[in-house]
Amino acid sequence: MAFIDIEDLEVTFEGSGRQVRALKGVSLAVGEEESFGIVGESGSGKSTVLRALCGLAPVTGGRISIAGEPVQAPRDAVFYRRVQMVFQDPYASLHPRHTVDRVLSEPLAIHGFDHAEDRVEQALEDVGLGSGFRFRYPHQLSGGQRQRVAIARALILEPKVILLDEPTSALDASIQAEVLNLLDRLRAERGLTYVLVSHDLAVVSHMCDRLVVMQGGEVVEQLTREALQAHATTEDYTRNLLTASEGFTRDPALQR
Amino acid sequence: MSPLLSVENLRIAFPSRQGPVEVVRGVSFSLGRERLGIVGESGSGKSQTGRAILGLTPVSGTATADRLEFDGVDLRSASTRQWRKLRGARMSMVMQDPKFSLNPVMTIGRQLMEAVKLHGGKSEAHDKSIAMLEAVQIRDPERVMAAYPHELSGGMGQRAMIAMMLVTEPDLLIADEPTSALDVTVQIEVLRILDRLVTERGMGLIFISHDLRLVSTFCDRVLVMYAGRVVEELDARRMSEATHPYTRGLLNCLPTITGDSRPLPVLARDDAWLE
Repeated sequence: MAFIDIEDLEVTFEGSGRQVRALKGVSLAVGEEESFGIVGESGSGKSTVLRALCGLAPVTGGRISIAGEPVQAPRDAVFYRRVQMVFQDPYASLHPRHTVDRVLSEPLAIHGFDHAEDRVEQALEDVGLGSGFRFRYPHQLSGGQRQRVAIARALILEPKVILLDEPTSALDASIQAEVLNLLDRLRAERGLTYVLVSHDLAVVSHMCDRLVVMQGGEVVEQLTREALQAHATTEDYTRNLLTASEGFTRDPALQR
Repeated sequence: MSPLLSVENLRIAFPSRQGPVEVVRGVSFSLGRERLGIVGESGSGKSQTGRAILGLTPVSGTATADRLEFDGVDLRSASTRQWRKLRGARMSMVMQDPKFSLNPVMTIGRQLMEAVKLHGGKSEAHDKSIAMLEAVQIRDPERVMAAYPHELSGGMGQRAMIAMMLVTEPDLLIADEPTSALDVTVQIEVLRILDRLVTERGMGLIFISHDLRLVSTFCDRVLVMYAGRVVEELDARRMSEATHPYTRGLLNCLPTITGDSRPLPVLARDDAWLE
């Protein structure tokens, strides 16, 4: 029995007489303490899977269950104790007029945690920021530091599952390495389950044991890291993605 | 043969509360009809360098150089009139995001033809625009001509912008992160178009990017910038022979599909690089 079980998930967005089927029957199974990747291009529905999981997208069909229990709609507090999300853009996902302290204290207050003071200090320590950052505003932080705060905010409720939506694509290469290392370390220390969405095959291959490739709202292929590294793909689409990720090749014959 | 563009000791400063801050500190290079990559992280001054060449430094900033020459024209003392003749016609720039750099209330066709008309060629403007859209591999140029920017996908928009910049057949194209907002597969297609234009038309290309690996596979020569300075100049094919610790660090900290180094090596910055 998989830890996160998604079956035939459908998401349809409606607006001004138009329907967009963003997910057309997606099924995934993520094991406990596994790191699972979702790759695809813009519009493939990869982020929508995460948003549907945590109740931010209009689910129109299919089932989602976590640890054997179907999730409630709307999601209850117990769900968010267990599942937290880190968003792509650290410049947009932190409240510009809340200090780091407030960002981190709010979830603690909502879920009735004790020792809020210590927990905030500890969370900052865990993501490598230290208490000096506690009373700063987001604009006083760099992109990498903001993403660390976003990770601290997700971790402070001691969840089991972290949904990561392009956690490093807004960051510089050297900062990306630091954040990926941090995520890797936290998972090993706490036995977290990750679902990581990225357009970058290299990042997914580095972080995840298994992955799916999505295109046009459907899962095209499921792969293990070893299969990806060995280029053992059966789908042309995945192969194209792989070649494209390896950089520019001058000879067009090689590209095709 | 004299180079197409020569830049010597380019400095760009912006005022701040603590006095002027130099964001570009003495950059020198020359460019022939080749693909030159400028790589660096946010704040390294790579984009400002590109903008200064076109005289597009924001008004609050000041750009100075010992030499800034494009095909025999001294750009430092160029009049508005001279700039009008140069920009668009002989040197142009492709920006990062088509969403913000195309006029949202004008059709692609009108924007394209405006460029052609301004630089002569009123009668054939339409045909030229269509031909250019075909050259950037847009399959249905008539539809794209009639479309507004929001009706196009990111990749299409970026191609339309490249078409707009190239329709006047410039000698120098500055591309500032032209593919960063695009998906990998589209990115490669756009690069292929740029590559062909450089090869066929003998254009000089300055390719500004944060992606060292991409640049090393696409360009002939690469300048690596750190904190407003060029720390290393490299032959793109000899990237693995880079000697500066910053370049090496930047190359190593990228995860690879096949590699399995965990944790990833982290870039340790050294204050000595600032000197």
